[in-house]
Amino acid sequence: MTALRSWEGLLFAVLILIYAVNAWNSPVFLTVGNQINMFQLSVEKIIVALVMTFVIINGEIDLSIASVMGLAACAFGWMVQQGAPAGGAVAIALAIGFLCGAFNALFIVGFGIPSLVVTLATMIAFRGFARVLVEDRGISDFPDWFDALGQKGLIGPVPLAMVLFAVFAVLAYLILQRTAFGRKVYFIGANRAVAEFSGLEVRAVKARIFIASGVISALAGLLFAARVGAVRGDIANGFELDVITMVLLGGVSIFGGTGTMSGTILAILIVLALRNGMALENITGHIQTGVLGILLILSVMVPIIRETGTRLIARVR
Amino acid sequence: MRVPLGTLRILVLLAVFVATGLFFASQIDGYLNARLFNRISGSVAVIALIAVGQAFVVLTRNIDLSIGSVVGGTAYFTGGILIAYPGLPPMLVPFLAMAIGAVFGAANGFLVARFRLPSIIVTLATLAIFRSILVQSSDGSSITTDRLPPWLTEFATMNAFTVGDLQIRWIVVISVLVVLTAHIFLTRFRAGRTFFAIGSNPDAAAFAGIDAGRTIFLAFVISGALAGLAGFMFLSRFGNITVVAGLGLELKSVGAVVVGGVNIFGGSGNVLGVLIGAALIDLIDTSLVRWALVSAFWREAVLGLLILLAVAADTVLMRRLLRRKPTGGAP
Repeated sequence: MTALRSWEGLLFAVLILIYAVNAWNSPVFLTVGNQINMFQLSVEKIIVALVMTFVIINGEIDLSIASVMGLAACAFGWMVQQGAPAGGAVAIALAIGFLCGAFNALFIVGFGIPSLVVTLATMIAFRGFARVLVEDRGISDFPDWFDALGQKGLIGPVPLAMVLFAVFAVLAYLILQRTAFGRKVYFIGANRAVAEFSGLEVRAVKARIFIASGVISALAGLLFAARVGAVRGDIANGFELDVITMVLLGGVSIFGGTGTMSGTILAILIVLALRNGMALENITGHIQTGVLGILLILSVMVPIIRETGTRLIARVR
Repeated sequence: MRVPLGTLRILVLLAVFVATGLFFASQIDGYLNARLFNRISGSVAVIALIAVGQAFVVLTRNIDLSIGSVVGGTAYFTGGILIAYPGLPPMLVPFLAMAIGAVFGAANGFLVARFRLPSIIVTLATLAIFRSILVQSSDGSSITTDRLPPWLTEFATMNAFTVGDLQIRWIVVISVLVVLTAHIFLTRFRAGRTFFAIGSNPDAAAFAGIDAGRTIFLAFVISGALAGLAGFMFLSRFGNITVVAGLGLELKSVGAVVVGGVNIFGGSGNVLGVLIGAALIDLIDTSLVRWALVSAFWREAVLGLLILLAVAADTVLMRRLLRRKPTGGAP
């Protein structure tokens, strides 16, 4: 437990360091406008990172999230273009997210195929459906209220997506760390066989997590569409890299069983501040993604780094 | 007589391939002709190479998602070198591309084998890292056909020989030779069998004295080198290389491998099947573009569902077989 706490302490120190460096480099960084902007530009990813924390602690992975985001957004755009009321289209897009999650769960829980393989295939397939719907067009004639939700402040300058993130972060924290369901998520992730023999409803827990992942991703896709005010076939493409990096950097083990929601939230703040700092330095998106890739590799190496560190300290003593 | 499972799989694949061809022939006018073969064989040559590389990796229970960036990177860097040194002997260039690809692969292999990191995470990261190396060093500028030596762009359409109207290009011959070499290496050589051993039972392989780390490293180097060769062909076929070259090819390679009957959980498979898998995926891809009833935008959805179907069928079949044979090993 102390080791975990110290990892979060380290994350916190890194976060402060990045904030200090960014503030030093750019006078704009600490302004309220930039801070809100920083959150708003990535709010869809960080909402999905919350649910991805459950998925990975549970010993699984969901590579299809970005495609579900894209599919929900494109389905919404397509329905609005066909003349459907936007409110109904939102509901149906969320239902599509539910179905995507349930489809993943069917193959993972029902047929017992590893989530890595299933969600790699559905990552391609869901993205494919999104492309079938919008082809190579862009759709942008959304009702004003929908665009306003993504672009205007809901509470003062704070837009809906950020309010949602705050609410979800608290909920995710409470569910993971304070409920029986959360304990089951850890237990199953740490040792699935023991959990099964202990009579835990392993399949039901996993199915619920994948369905939640689908619904939340669909919601995030809609928020993205509202913020940008348009959808295209490649919307949200590649977001799984950011999301998985945030979760693993937060100290969640890729093999499941360990990690905390506060770790993920700290890691989210680190990634956001890092990207924002790079953007303020005029570093292009491709390079930012490369830096994130390096961060991802370092994150999975965390257990190894930690182990070598303790061994070195022991040797010095 | 009992047909071995592997052979049966290839026969089924061939049947599916022929059936798919016949289906599209019934739907599209003037479909089955030499032009179709000439068009498809060129792109299959490229996909088959990266799929064979991917097969080596998948056999060892790993996956290489960085292939698209390796193909793009080698195409770009090889093009860049040729623009700077147009006098390089043509025979040398493919090997140069393979060496560049092998360096990328070695980076993957080092991280996966040395630190025992999950390959899906490592290669998801290097997919982004390799691409950003490409963007950084290119400064956003593209390679264009007119700056490349003319032999290079002519090479892609150069025929080794022709059979009637069918043109057998050099790139197809090279690709088929690579597949056959890989097949013989994997099935007839001790060093090749280790790839299966690691994938089907890592513990037993360790007890048998097989160095898992070395084999996995080698698998990634092979995957990188073949992606490099594919990058050379890519450069030769298209000439114009932008920073997004090769984007998404990794998914096609995984698709060809899985549809081709390589077990995604490692340990079993056949690269001849992978060649047919690559051909099948490309056949569907090309035909959907020409099929009036369904839009070409279906191809990604079809690819994803095809992979899922192949994996699900494989898992269910394997489980049946194991149940019938209680003494059988791990799947």
